[in-house]
Amino acid sequence: MARVVVNVPAEAKKGEVIEIRTLAGHPMETGFRRTQLGELIPRDIIRSLVCTYNGVEIFRAELHPAIAANPLLTFTTVATESGTLEFRWTGDNGFSVTEKASIKVV
Amino acid sequence: MWLALGSAVAAEIPLPERKSGYEFMSRETKAMQDDEVTGPAVLTLLDGEALWGKLGCQGCHKDAAASMKGVAARYPAMVGGKLTTLEQQVRHRNPELRYESRELLALTAFVAKQSRGMPIEASGSKPNVEAGRAFFHQRQGQLNLACASCHDDNWGKKLGGTPIPQAHPTGYPIYRLEWQGVGSFTRRLRNCLTGMRAELLPHGAPELVDLEAYLMWRARGMKMEAPAVRP
Repeated sequence: MARVVVNVPAEAKKGEVIEIRTLAGHPMETGFRRTQLGELIPRDIIRSLVCTYNGVEIFRAELHPAIAANPLLTFTTVATESGTLEFRWTGDNGFSVTEKASIKVV
Repeated sequence: MWLALGSAVAAEIPLPERKSGYEFMSRETKAMQDDEVTGPAVLTLLDGEALWGKLGCQGCHKDAAASMKGVAARYPAMVGGKLTTLEQQVRHRNPELRYESRELLALTAFVAKQSRGMPIEASGSKPNVEAGRAFFHQRQGQLNLACASCHDDNWGKKLGGTPIPQAHPTGYPIYRLEWQGVGSFTRRLRNCLTGMRAELLPHGAPELVDLEAYLMWRARGMKMEAPAVRP
């Protein structure tokens, strides 16, 4: 069960810098660890997060091994118009989650 | 070793000098615990809330915010004449939930969260608390340490670069950064037993339940902060 949480202000003034926080539930297994029997645990990480604001890409992050489990990514953008922010996490083993948040710009 | 043997029996921490593990954390880790929207334990709480409905807890207990308020602050408690931890009580109708499983931790964290900010009221029976106290002060393991050697006598100092807290169980289950996930109080106790190179007691061992009862008594009146974040 993949759980994600995004935090976007519900309302902002036009031109205001807003903070967006995203949290994704994921073990972020590095691929470098071994079991007690010495077998390599295969890598299982989120590879990227892309955020679009009314269809325009405003933020993209590439994730790598050694990023902690349940990665919290925070970034800022300028509130330009009312609409929808869409978040998409993709990763190993077909991991793919999308989440939306709407914002009202006054 | 002989020097260690010579040290006096630990004195308990006076009530006003008690501090939650929170006080020993860095600013950044405190911020993680204080973040109620995107803190790392939020994912577990959401899972727990979903399981509350899915596993049928809601059928009897209704709204957890009302029915579970203050419950975690009273555990371990006597249930049917037997001292029972919160985890053991949470799985009373769902014994298939294994200790340390994602589901049991999520449900326990969800129940414990309803007691946030409430004072701990120890309700273990006196013999249990006394047995727990004896365990806490008993030197054991290859390093010949008692729990009290660190958590009563040397709290606030450093062990391997990290501060030694006073061992008050105010926020279990916790999200521990070292674990990269949520874990139970028993897991934390077993952690210390491993560090002391003492006998590793299994989940649900009566010694560990007694110890939990003593530690809750020792933290009586302190505020619940479950699920807490610890380094």
